[in-house]
Amino acid sequence: MALCSVCDADISLPKGTVQGELIECPECGSELEVVSTNPFVLDVAPQEEEDWGQ
Amino acid sequence: MSKLRASVVGASGYAGGDLLRLLLFHPNVEIAQVTSESNLGKSITKVHPNLRKVTDLKFTSMHELEECDLIFLCLPHGTAMNSIDKFKALAPKIIDLSADFRLGDPALYEKWYGETHSRTDILSEFVYGIPELHREEMRTANYISSAGCNATASILGLYPLYKNGLVELDRTVIEVKVGSSEAGNKSTASSHHPIKSGSVRSYQPVQHRHSAEIVQELSFGKEMQVHFSATSIDMVRGVLATCHVFMKDDFDEKDIWKIYRKEYADEPFIRIVKEREGNYRFPEPKLLAGTNYCDIGFQKDEFSNRLVVISAIDNLMKGAAGQALQAFNIMNGFEETMGLEFPGIHPI
Repeated sequence: MALCSVCDADISLPKGTVQGELIECPECGSELEVVSTNPFVLDVAPQEEEDWGQ
Repeated sequence: MSKLRASVVGASGYAGGDLLRLLLFHPNVEIAQVTSESNLGKSITKVHPNLRKVTDLKFTSMHELEECDLIFLCLPHGTAMNSIDKFKALAPKIIDLSADFRLGDPALYEKWYGETHSRTDILSEFVYGIPELHREEMRTANYISSAGCNATASILGLYPLYKNGLVELDRTVIEVKVGSSEAGNKSTASSHHPIKSGSVRSYQPVQHRHSAEIVQELSFGKEMQVHFSATSIDMVRGVLATCHVFMKDDFDEKDIWKIYRKEYADEPFIRIVKEREGNYRFPEPKLLAGTNYCDIGFQKDEFSNRLVVISAIDNLMKGAAGQALQAFNIMNGFEETMGLEFPGIHPI
């Protein structure tokens, strides 16, 4: 079990989850990276962002 | 189980048409009569062509209305209240989609609608029609007054914040962008295609009537104000409410997530839409066409206490016919989602 770093939802991680794995939060849909497995820690996976205001 | 016999009065409008579309596929409903004075005797498919080969119902007159189990009233504002006794005599349950019985305070009705309410004696008999706020009252109600479409989008977007007392009560600004079907099925010079096409029209910058409903439902006994503006855009169906609220305390986005999850996690027609990637990261009315969903998203301004809440619905569905059918299901003890399962289409 781990907390989503975006919406704080409880997320069940499957057995065998490894560091660096990408998962999707079932609540907010964020793509998260498993940055630690002991304890499990999730962080937002890097991605490109839009900027239409230039 | 025997089917309930329901009639739709004033069924030639857009909300009436969507209601017929839903009722015709509802497993527990038989449509008894549909009325339209201007289309008397015509097949309803002349007005609602999407129902071709679905029904052979014809419009009848309101004066020929017979007894049934429930009447949906889709009449112009001000009409239902003047004939309500007649409808009450014909059916034990009524769902009114007009504004006539939305406001509990007759002084507010006079202030916002510019005329005296003719039936203040029965205002308290009507339950305000947003199921997410009044579900328990609806279970035993005989009369329900469906909420305004813009009010529905705004109220559902802001309800968790106001209910929990989290926002400053006089600084909320709501800007809605709405589709042309909100204006009804009567054409005007301003709706003429060369004039309307491509327009972004500020049609009600201040003093929109739905402000009264929003205050009624969100005040929780406290003095409050909302500053509401409406803009008509080049879209047929849909409402997008962008609500600016100012938080009393320093909440982060995780806190906001928890608040919305607490209020809406079990709601069948509320979805929190706030994603960091993809084409639809925030609520988008286009995706909701024909559905009963209300999609809600938010973003906190890191440099101030402003929170922007974005709420989207189909004005004819969650903002009218779908909301009414959801209330119908609740007041008759049916599964709340019955007849409302359509998930929309994509792309659209």
